[in-house]
Amino acid sequence: MVRGDNRLGQYAMLAPLGISAVLVVLVSLALILALSVQRTDPALLFTEFSLTAYRESVARPLFWMVLGRSLLISAAVTIATLLLSYPVAYFIAFKAGRHKALLLVLISAPFFTSYLLRIFAWKIILGFNGVVNSFLKTLGLIEQPLQFLVYNPFSVVVALTHAYLAFAVLPIYVALERIDKSLIESASDLGARPFANFRQITLPLSLPGIIAAALLIFVPTVGDYVTPTLVGGPGGIMVGNLIQSEFGKANDWPAGSALSMAVIFSVGLLLALMAGGAKLARRPA
Amino acid sequence: MKVPYVIDVVERRWLTVYVPLFALLLYLPSLLILLFSFNDGVYVAFPLKGFTTAWYEKLAANDALLRAARNSFAVGLFAATIATIAGTLGAFAIVRYKLRIAKAMTVLANLPLLIPAIILGIAMLVLLRAIGFGNSLWAIAVGHVVVCAPLSLSVMLSRFVDLDPALEEAALDLGANERKTFFVITLPLSLSAIAASFILCFTTSFDEFVVAFFLSGPEQTLPLYIWGQLRFPTTLPMILALGTVVLGATLALVVFSEWLRRRGPKVAMD
Repeated sequence: MVRGDNRLGQYAMLAPLGISAVLVVLVSLALILALSVQRTDPALLFTEFSLTAYRESVARPLFWMVLGRSLLISAAVTIATLLLSYPVAYFIAFKAGRHKALLLVLISAPFFTSYLLRIFAWKIILGFNGVVNSFLKTLGLIEQPLQFLVYNPFSVVVALTHAYLAFAVLPIYVALERIDKSLIESASDLGARPFANFRQITLPLSLPGIIAAALLIFVPTVGDYVTPTLVGGPGGIMVGNLIQSEFGKANDWPAGSALSMAVIFSVGLLLALMAGGAKLARRPA
Repeated sequence: MKVPYVIDVVERRWLTVYVPLFALLLYLPSLLILLFSFNDGVYVAFPLKGFTTAWYEKLAANDALLRAARNSFAVGLFAATIATIAGTLGAFAIVRYKLRIAKAMTVLANLPLLIPAIILGIAMLVLLRAIGFGNSLWAIAVGHVVVCAPLSLSVMLSRFVDLDPALEEAALDLGANERKTFFVITLPLSLSAIAASFILCFTTSFDEFVVAFFLSGPEQTLPLYIWGQLRFPTTLPMILALGTVVLGATLALVVFSEWLRRRGPKVAMD
């Protein structure tokens, strides 16, 4: 018997996935888009076309400041996470030997506490009577607790970087693991010093893992709501907080939808620019 | 002998400085949660007071919390079941059949991962309103199916890619129809991956906050309960005790699922 007699049945097997992961998401996003071009009045939902929500958002300096800050925070988190986790992924892939599995489990283990509590824990670490301040006081380095450690963009970057460390180690590790070791060894035999070897062989070959990790970090952190709310303070609010307040307290759904579209659009634009840049870089000079 | 790896050059300084620092950074928040859950004081700040298990006793006697935990279990079981069915059937169709939309499907199914959770949550809230439903545990459960389906798909895709198609072809040659082959050959050989997918989806749903935040009605899940309590300093140590319990339980589940995932199809056959 040959496979493929029953095309309909084969497509039917894709249906649950197509409905849950694709259809629901696309329809919801279409509704958000539709909502964002409504009059700013919940009673008028789906009645009258208007760009008021966009016009008002664009006119708010707060919107640009918070959106820009969110993108900057996410970029900082992405870069910090990649820099911190690449060496660890490298170590596990090339030097951990039979302890690989154990190390990978050990790295993911602390990430199974509640996400909320892990972010909250940074208040304990960076707070006025927190770990860092108590430690510095005990050493006699400071007399008054340092105030700049928490409730600002810095603490948001720290907490988010920590939250995504394991997410970065795994894809980079997988990419490094896939590299044919003989390529690295032959480069060495042909005289490449370790650092040149790394820059010219290992790093470019691990690029898919780096890009995957960057995506996995950048996209969710731009819209993160929990971290800026818990440790951001007034100066650390991000675009997720703006969206939430439009759908919550302000009860202006068209404005919240317009903000959501702005986030999707800026993330998409940034990713497209990065993809374009990568293509240009790969083209031989 | 030549040393091809950068790490051989920097190894000593590396191992003594970087790895312990990284580990400390990694474990610091969880360790603090553990530490303060046994601290005999209301304030979650240094210096530490005496040792107590009182917070754990309060935990067991808190009805609202136990109710939220039950809700989270129900939502997690529903989401993990449906998402794993969707992921398993979808991955099988993508790997085994040459469908024209297979490639597009593999990419599009990752949409829920490529949209910030807050936008996904709000978008599903709008969808819910548009079709005339209110917020409820059911809404959260459906939202979590959406969040978990791509996770299940990635686990199941890698299993079906590894599964030798010859085993299924043999069954087909011997006269089994496709449905029978799927249930008698493919599924039993993939049980460990199915279990791993289920556990991954369950733990994800159990800890998911933002989507649940927008879709929740009067009934809370555990993360929603925790969020509500973070504003009340007096119950905070109890919440940290809860976090420690959740950590222990999730860790046990995850180690178990890793063990399952590593068992290849061949082992599962014995």
